[in-house]
Amino acid sequence: MYKYTDTSITDNPKLDKIAKDLLQPVGLNIRFHIWMGLLTLGLMACLYAYWIQLNEGLIVTGLRDHVSWGMYLANFVFFVAASLIGMLISGILGLLGQEWIKPIARIAEIIAVAFAAVAGMVIVSDMGRPDRLPYVFMYGRIQSPILWDVTVVTTYMVISLLLWFIPMIPDMAIAKSRMDHCPKWLSFVYNILSLKWTHHPEQYKILFKATRILFILVVPTAFAIHTVTSWLFAVNPRAGWDSTIFGPYFLTGAFVAGSAGLIMAMYFFRNNYRLKAYITTEHFNKMGKLLFLTGLIYLYFNINEYIVPGYKLKTADAIHLKELLTGHFAPLFWSVQIGGLIIPLILLLFKRFRQPGILTIIAVFVFIASWFKRYLIVVPTMEHPYLPKQFLPQEWMLYQPTLIETAITIAPFILVLMIITVLSKLFPVVPIWEMAELGEQHEAHETHPIDESSLSDETDIKSHSDE
Amino acid sequence: MSEESNNKVPDNRNQNEGRKSRRDFLKNVGLFGAATAAGAGAIYSGYKYEQNKGSSEMVRVLTEDNRLVMIPRDQIQTVTLDQDALQKRGREGLEGHRWVMVIDLAKCRNARKCVDACQSAHHLRPHEYHITTLVMKDAPNTAPYFMPKPCQHCDNPPCVSVCPVNATFKRQDGIVLIDNERCIGCRFCISACPYSARMFHWQEPVMADTYEEEQPDYDVELNVPQRKGTISKCLFSADLVRVGQLPYCVTACPNGVFYFGDENQDAVTNGTTKETVRLSQLLKQNAGYRLMPELGTKPRVYYLPPKNRLFDAPDEDMTGTQIQETV
Repeated sequence: MYKYTDTSITDNPKLDKIAKDLLQPVGLNIRFHIWMGLLTLGLMACLYAYWIQLNEGLIVTGLRDHVSWGMYLANFVFFVAASLIGMLISGILGLLGQEWIKPIARIAEIIAVAFAAVAGMVIVSDMGRPDRLPYVFMYGRIQSPILWDVTVVTTYMVISLLLWFIPMIPDMAIAKSRMDHCPKWLSFVYNILSLKWTHHPEQYKILFKATRILFILVVPTAFAIHTVTSWLFAVNPRAGWDSTIFGPYFLTGAFVAGSAGLIMAMYFFRNNYRLKAYITTEHFNKMGKLLFLTGLIYLYFNINEYIVPGYKLKTADAIHLKELLTGHFAPLFWSVQIGGLIIPLILLLFKRFRQPGILTIIAVFVFIASWFKRYLIVVPTMEHPYLPKQFLPQEWMLYQPTLIETAITIAPFILVLMIITVLSKLFPVVPIWEMAELGEQHEAHETHPIDESSLSDETDIKSHSDE
Repeated sequence: MSEESNNKVPDNRNQNEGRKSRRDFLKNVGLFGAATAAGAGAIYSGYKYEQNKGSSEMVRVLTEDNRLVMIPRDQIQTVTLDQDALQKRGREGLEGHRWVMVIDLAKCRNARKCVDACQSAHHLRPHEYHITTLVMKDAPNTAPYFMPKPCQHCDNPPCVSVCPVNATFKRQDGIVLIDNERCIGCRFCISACPYSARMFHWQEPVMADTYEEEQPDYDVELNVPQRKGTISKCLFSADLVRVGQLPYCVTACPNGVFYFGDENQDAVTNGTTKETVRLSQLLKQNAGYRLMPELGTKPRVYYLPPKNRLFDAPDEDMTGTQIQETV
């Protein structure tokens, strides 16, 4: 019925090997079930904590009238931030014609989809009346940044999902006949998702066009989601939030967090999915450089954000900065700034620290610091309102997250891990057809299409200047 | 429609049919009965009306648009406002007024009667403040003073701007209210308010059991019943203002700290002495000011500076916390 045209993809002699390599981790083995079981158990415990919060009210958290936004909001900002990596890799680097991102682009999109999808749930956990969530759509007022946030986060999630799925359609067609080691229903799913793909050149033309439009769309959308998220704070007249650079400050911070997250995911898949030939040390080297670049820009915004108010020392800013730099937030502040930004930046200058193992360790530090950085943006400002906090119980003065609150904060991470696990276990995490195509292009240089050296800087630069 | 046609078509399809027509018959009987009762009621009330006509004395009443009219006493019906009506009038506010408050800091000695009256009227716990008093100190070498702090009912309210669902709103008479039947509990308004004027129901409100029993209608002008998981705030006692009374805190003050009135009439009344003065004169003669004018929020609460105080300056440690300098 469908005529298979002779194309470079299906003719490619390397395709069989590449497809075998990349499809080999797909499927639900016993480790998958144990891992998902553990995640489910953890999630149940966290959901029990949420159940308590639903019944008792937000009194079970450390939040009170003065610090009324705390860990949940910091977590929300972090989730939106981490999801931006999809845009940075596919959107910006993709549009710039960077070929080396191809094997890791899908992983970046999986991270984007997972974090963006869960971000919405994080914000619901902060609501006093989650049952009234539909009111946001029924009575929504367009001048509230919350409406903007809801709109753009949803849009971004949809675009990311499309950017994950559309480039995967040819893979579904390639894989559907090679799924002997997988359950039957999975082949069935592949068959449906392949959308009767025949590898016709015309189809590829449409695919390239569609993804290109999405790449262009995803850039402003992603800029919008984190800029708007920063405005949840910046529109409020409070010391520490009352800043004009919050948009780019958040955005660059998001790239740092996302790059670190992607490096961690790359390391995991490379070692556990036996993808060393595809996610190479050179990819880590490049991601290390990317982390350095984003970190450097973030450092620049940090300098602006703290030095400028610090120079003027307006009363409220002075109180805020004093708390951060020498007050009870100081240990956290300096650990985050030095351990999570300055030391990683220095280390990343050296190639030796851009090797997979050590880079992943650095990424873990950066990732954790990125979370606490959001905590430092949200909480200290709320602890220091303009008017004094008086005639209140002592425990209302300072914010102390509770155990229940912590459990509810962990729940979204478990959900993200579940989504990433399912997406990466049911579908190949590295694009098969793009690898085959990449191999074809490098055929002239190398005998083996994809190995470490084929993705070095020189070839990259060359292929660009050719274009 | 389909039932009707079913009845007309004679058939032997199932015995459901019989049950259906029996139900229809009962329904018809019911309808007829109800119509008869209603008709009889109407005739009876008409008869009663005719009988009483002329016998009842006339009374003078004010209509909603301030017209004085006369109606027979027995024609008077008590209007019970349902929730929709309460919501509608609560969101509209009182036409032609611009409510304003003046707080004379020279007279405050932290009796906190305003706080108590407010909390009992609005069913709040001791630490749930619509209004609170603060110990303020403007500079290291100036004396501290007490400052009652209600919601400032800003004319450019940051809290209203950020609300995603129109739960908090500004009325035509200047009052900023919160509708806890609408509030989703995102607490964006708390973040936006530079005066820390808002509170949140972190737990069940203190009178939750009573609400459970009595199921009172929600009055947005009183914000009672309070609801867990929603915002509450100072309402300028919109329920009292509607009936021409001064707010709870204003009348509760034993020291004459509060003036409340209408900016359009340029008149404010002291809650303790009940003396009415010109707003413009009061502000002019006493160098009245507003809190944090640099933020552009345009508060409707004015303060008179604490000079020639009636009471001693507060102790430094009376709040249990260090006195923070005013920002």
